[in-house]
Amino acid sequence: MPKRNSIRVKVNGQTREAEVEPRLLLVHFIRDVLGLTGTHVGCDTTNCGACTVLLDGRAIKSCTAFAVQADGREIRTVEGVASNGKLHALQEGFKEEHGLQCGFCTPGMIMSACALLERNPHPTEEEIRWGISGNLCRCTGYQNIVKAVQYAANKLA
Amino acid sequence: MIPPPFEYLRPKTIPDAIALLQQHGEAAKILSGGQSLIPMMKVRLAKPECLVDINQIEGLQYIEEDNGYLKIGGLTREADIELSELVRTKYPILFDTVTLIADPQVRNLATIGGNLAHGDPANDHPATMLALDAEVVAVGPEGERTIPVKDFFLSVLTTALKHGEILTEIRVPIPPPGSAGAYVKLERKVGDFATVGVAAQLTLSADRICQQAGIGLTNVGSTPLKATRAEDFLRGKSVDEANVLQAAQLAAQAAEPISDLRGPAEYKSAMVKELTKRALTRARERVVL
Repeated sequence: MPKRNSIRVKVNGQTREAEVEPRLLLVHFIRDVLGLTGTHVGCDTTNCGACTVLLDGRAIKSCTAFAVQADGREIRTVEGVASNGKLHALQEGFKEEHGLQCGFCTPGMIMSACALLERNPHPTEEEIRWGISGNLCRCTGYQNIVKAVQYAANKLA
Repeated sequence: MIPPPFEYLRPKTIPDAIALLQQHGEAAKILSGGQSLIPMMKVRLAKPECLVDINQIEGLQYIEEDNGYLKIGGLTREADIELSELVRTKYPILFDTVTLIADPQVRNLATIGGNLAHGDPANDHPATMLALDAEVVAVGPEGERTIPVKDFFLSVLTTALKHGEILTEIRVPIPPPGSAGAYVKLERKVGDFATVGVAAQLTLSADRICQQAGIGLTNVGSTPLKATRAEDFLRGKSVDEANVLQAAQLAAQAAEPISDLRGPAEYKSAMVKELTKRALTRARERVVL
């Protein structure tokens, strides 16, 4: 039985504890151990950003980090974006502006956009595109994703 | 894709980290940002039996000017370099470089120390640090030493760092007045590694004669390259269009690219020439006399 490390991670505001192998990727910890399957494995090669979550408020690609690195730290996934059953402005934006088709990239887009808006509440279009430049979408051509983020920025202003 | 099992240790101090690296020997690797190492581990190109995670060590994240140098802590995240007002306003060559590294998520974890210590000729900082004649500080079992960046890159994924040494600081000599630089990168898409990248740093006299030139090349060799013949050529001359072209030609001759998925070697050499032209021109345009 390979050696396991104890980790304690705050996930969407809740403290979660687990015994994990060091080689367990953060994305697999989130999906398979915690059961939060909103975060997706897309390319598995650090390109597509479908696995994006916030680690201590910073957007990271969870397929390129180990769960053990999150010990003692805080992560936020797409499941933690709505509050008290109310959609976050970003989620509303993706709905209103048709910012998704298949939806596979969407959680990652929302997490990147979330981090962007928290740091820069009034981004220009260029800043939005730069902010999501680590997230790939095969369906939409990004136009409506940008509009969704603009919708959210306006709503939150 | 899953790495083979390994042990994970997270020391809180540099001496603890060094001790662990020595204790576990060559089977242990430093984990900094992990944005180069972890992808390699996932495809099992790297199989360290032990990871020494240095991210909890304090005092290694800073960007400051001190004693004639721009000093950057080895654990400084690329994203923080991108946000630094000092870097954006006073060191545009470094701002160019950092904004061209991968993407926002990768930059949130990736560190400048790791970017250099990993020894990948495709990484972007090495060319810029070669152009700036920078040094790195390594702390290891035998104490602290300073290594000029031009002596740092030995071969693919191999640097002058000895096992047990941690790259704690990057030092850039503050360029004299009349200096400026630029980094230009050709990539297939945003976030990609460079097909070709060129860093150019110039110092001009009041009558616009080149006093100093630094030219670094990304991803056209088994190590990042310093185009010394191009640099020597420019010294003492005016950085006009004709001389820029000559220097660009010399830089292209210094490149040793391989043909791969980013293009044939001949194409890459041609692009070294073109990008050197652009980098030198932009550097010259940025010089304020």
